[in-house]
Amino acid sequence: MRFDRRGFLAGATAATAAAASAPATAATMPGTVTLPMENGTRPLVAFPQKRPLIMLSPRPPLLETPFAVFDGDVLTPNDAFYVRWHLSGIPQTVDGAAHRIRIHGRVKRPLSLSVDDLRTKFAPVSIVAVNQCSGNSRGLFAPRVAGGQWDNGAMGNARWTGVRLTDVLAKAGLEDGARQIRFHGLERPVLPTTPPFVKALSLDDVTDHGDILIAYEMNGAPLPLLNGYPVRLVVPGWFATYWMKMLVDIEAIDTVDDNFWMKTAYRIPQTPGNTVKPTDTGYPTVPINRLAVRSFITSVADGATLHPGAQTLRGIAFDGGSGIAAVDVSTDGGASWRPARLGEDYGDYSFRRWEFDLHATRGKRYVLACRAHAHSGETQTATAVWNPGGYLRNVIETYRVTVA
Amino acid sequence: MSARTFRLAFVALALPLLGAAAGTVTINAPADTVRFKPGPGVNLAVANCMTCHSAAYIYTQPRLTRAQWTGEVTKMKAAYGAPIDAATIPGIVDYLMTQDGKE
Repeated sequence: MRFDRRGFLAGATAATAAAASAPATAATMPGTVTLPMENGTRPLVAFPQKRPLIMLSPRPPLLETPFAVFDGDVLTPNDAFYVRWHLSGIPQTVDGAAHRIRIHGRVKRPLSLSVDDLRTKFAPVSIVAVNQCSGNSRGLFAPRVAGGQWDNGAMGNARWTGVRLTDVLAKAGLEDGARQIRFHGLERPVLPTTPPFVKALSLDDVTDHGDILIAYEMNGAPLPLLNGYPVRLVVPGWFATYWMKMLVDIEAIDTVDDNFWMKTAYRIPQTPGNTVKPTDTGYPTVPINRLAVRSFITSVADGATLHPGAQTLRGIAFDGGSGIAAVDVSTDGGASWRPARLGEDYGDYSFRRWEFDLHATRGKRYVLACRAHAHSGETQTATAVWNPGGYLRNVIETYRVTVA
Repeated sequence: MSARTFRLAFVALALPLLGAAAGTVTINAPADTVRFKPGPGVNLAVANCMTCHSAAYIYTQPRLTRAQWTGEVTKMKAAYGAPIDAATIPGIVDYLMTQDGKE
């Protein structure tokens, strides 16, 4: 195990890359927010290396990004990036220099790589990609489902820098029998009887994808510890459950992994639209995979009051890696649509910013809505999906506003 | 990771000459301060639920039916390996129903 549980390190300096953009002392901030759901009141709490975020649980840490952050830079700041762990056995000290990633199993040349090895022995690659929790927006499901009760802020967009997983696997040399690549991090269960958090990708998905990274930088800085320092897997276009934090183990296996986190958890209905009725049973399921296309208005919150006259609405859109082709905006609840202007293109895995010119008439009420179209042909609908895991929400978002 | 070791500061050690290179990062996360509210069966909830996760995780759930809460507690035992005595599950569910139940 490449970490220890020493406490506060006396004499340490905060003048480091990891700490450069974070306060040296974090504090619990007063104040709460109330998310639009039953039992939706949450404290705002600043964890180490983080600004005050919406705390769903302190143990394991589940911290949501306040949605107003997404109206800022297209890259979500590291200290505002949401946090989600499954198990409470998270190391509080990680020695990035001593950290090793073991590559083993059905490979010809097992490897043990340090972060320095990754930096010096492989070609660096940077990709801007959305990391979205599988359960983002789960708290908005109707009827409600148990699980982490997120509003829409369990997502973020960052520039990830690291090395291609396929380059590392090529150096190890996969044997013919390899069928899946399995990933394990430093996250540990409290109890030895709890299934360790392990995820697997099929070899076909890994080779077809090509852009999966072992990332050692996030927005040009080391990853915050709570986002997986010193290295995490980055699976652009796929839900964050596969983006293993504090990655320590990559194993080529000749079977289909059947651990709890693949076989039982994180499954979506294999039905049209991945949606079912709450009373449905017996339908087939598959492991969750690519992000569904989504879009949001970021400059206006539901229930806001606009000033009259000309103004610009701002928002974001993203999908599972085909890229955003167009975004439409409606001011009449979806009865009619007009195209938005797309902003700078940071790549097909990134948030795409958009703008829309609105002339608001004093005294009027508008139901604003936005709808993204991906290059894949996928778009958003007005009917929300429902599944018992609370996954894949991508309904057309609406925002009721008045003008005064 | 015990709540006791959660504190309000963090510090990072790195090799300044290597810029963003890997160094030692230590955090001390904020304390887990939410406690189960008093009520019949609270000791069962404290003993069986808080080993692995915060009470806040429960208080942020929607109001669930008795069947749903029973399913959640049973999942903690069957899927997550919590050492919950099956005979205590109804008592745990009774407590959860007084906290956030829908009935």
